[in-house]
Amino acid sequence: MQQLADKLIQHCALLQGLPHELTYLLVEIVFGSLMLMLFVAPFAGIISWVERRVAARMMDRIGPNRVGPQGFLQWLADGVKSLLKEDIVPSSADSFLFRLAPYLVFAGMFMAFVSIPFTSRVIIADLNVGIFYIIAVTSLVVIGILMSGWASNNKFSLLGGMRSAAQIISYEIPAGLAILVVVLMSGSLSLQEIIKAQGAHPWNWFIFDNPFSFCSFFILFISSLAEGNRTPFDIPEAESELVSGYSTEYSGMRFVFFYFEEWANLYLIAAVGVTLFFGGWQIPPSVREWAVGVHFVLPHILEFATFFIKAMSLVFVIIWIRWTLPRLRVDQLMAMCWQYLIPLGFVMVLGTATWIVLFPQGVPLVRYVLFSGTLGLFGYFFYRVVFHLRYTKAELQFNPFV
Amino acid sequence: MDPYLSILILFLFAAIVTGGLMFLSQLLNPKKKGTDKTPYESGIQPVGNPRTRFAVKFYLPAMLFILFDVEVVFLYPWAVIFRDFVRSGLGAFIFVEMVIFLGVLVVGLLYIYGRRALDWD
Repeated sequence: MQQLADKLIQHCALLQGLPHELTYLLVEIVFGSLMLMLFVAPFAGIISWVERRVAARMMDRIGPNRVGPQGFLQWLADGVKSLLKEDIVPSSADSFLFRLAPYLVFAGMFMAFVSIPFTSRVIIADLNVGIFYIIAVTSLVVIGILMSGWASNNKFSLLGGMRSAAQIISYEIPAGLAILVVVLMSGSLSLQEIIKAQGAHPWNWFIFDNPFSFCSFFILFISSLAEGNRTPFDIPEAESELVSGYSTEYSGMRFVFFYFEEWANLYLIAAVGVTLFFGGWQIPPSVREWAVGVHFVLPHILEFATFFIKAMSLVFVIIWIRWTLPRLRVDQLMAMCWQYLIPLGFVMVLGTATWIVLFPQGVPLVRYVLFSGTLGLFGYFFYRVVFHLRYTKAELQFNPFV
Repeated sequence: MDPYLSILILFLFAAIVTGGLMFLSQLLNPKKKGTDKTPYESGIQPVGNPRTRFAVKFYLPAMLFILFDVEVVFLYPWAVIFRDFVRSGLGAFIFVEMVIFLGVLVVGLLYIYGRRALDWD
């Protein structure tokens, strides 16, 4: 952001009169508010519509299609409706904690966006402890959830809050170990440096660097799902047993804050995954040179598009998993974390360290093999999908305007 | 400029936005006095107090988390300088050091398995 501010100061005569610190502050505030207003909030809203539509298609129904074209404005209608709802605080609840909890959950999610990169230049603050900061600040969410579960004075909420806290903190360890693998390979905690350590071509991404980092991505992905309370790890808000878990007693705007966090968190999970393992905003140098020649903004647009498309693919996979897998039981969930993911995470850290000591320059052959193996797997998957589609009437699935 | 200042600014901004939305909601929403606002319990009057003792098994993961997460945090500085050490030819040294540290951790993990601390039932 500093470079952007410097450029602004150069080009704008009005700003040159002001102290530079003040200009930086102004740029920071404007950019932060723009990001919340134009990116995070609409993203969380639109993704809620996308999720409902995708879910509907997977269940062979239509989904919301009344508000706006194809129900696209459903999220705005939901927001306005929640704004007009009564804000109920149960009479026996701990009023102060009950009111405070949604803010903590919201702040924990939103502050993580500070060090999420959008392009090579556009990032609110490229902290030198970037990824570590994200792990730390998202822990605020646990406190908020535990607080809401306790303060509601409701058995379902308490159980949901407790389960959620146990689950989130347990899965933070395998997530930390998987991130450690990336830090080993890049030698930096800053998200921009991690992206710069990777290449634009898929075989230069960290996920295909060696077999251990390939596994680490899946450890991180599973742990992120569990930390975001997403199915198959959504026992804290299991509808069939706990009503709605820790958010049972919430209504109106406070309820929206919880769900805002959940959907914006989808992007956070995907963005962290893309940054660490899928090369982030990297575009091939030849494309970048061509884009710079056309207009100086174009490479940034291309970078943002690259990052966003990768992130959205991951978001789609997360939604897809939600409507495919059944949820785990509590004991299975804990066994999954402590008995499989954590030992596996340790093995991956040791394996990657050994790999770096043995082959400091990396092994191109392994990269190509891993990349083409993954491509082959995808190819086989699509072949099977086409095979099965021959025997189903696929009219509803493929017609976008029902 | 200090990058950490932007964290503070965004925190304040998030607080203002959420506070503003809540304020707007308080202006617009209906407030029904005198209605029964007991906690939801499937439509019947709540039985007993939810704030009684709960299972100790929630406490164990929390304690183990503190142990293991702090150990993982110790690994981060090591991971950051690992490449530099490998480049300067001290790769084996820093690797063996961390294997010893991880070995102690794994012994702890095995002890936890041995005591069946992580069996949920």
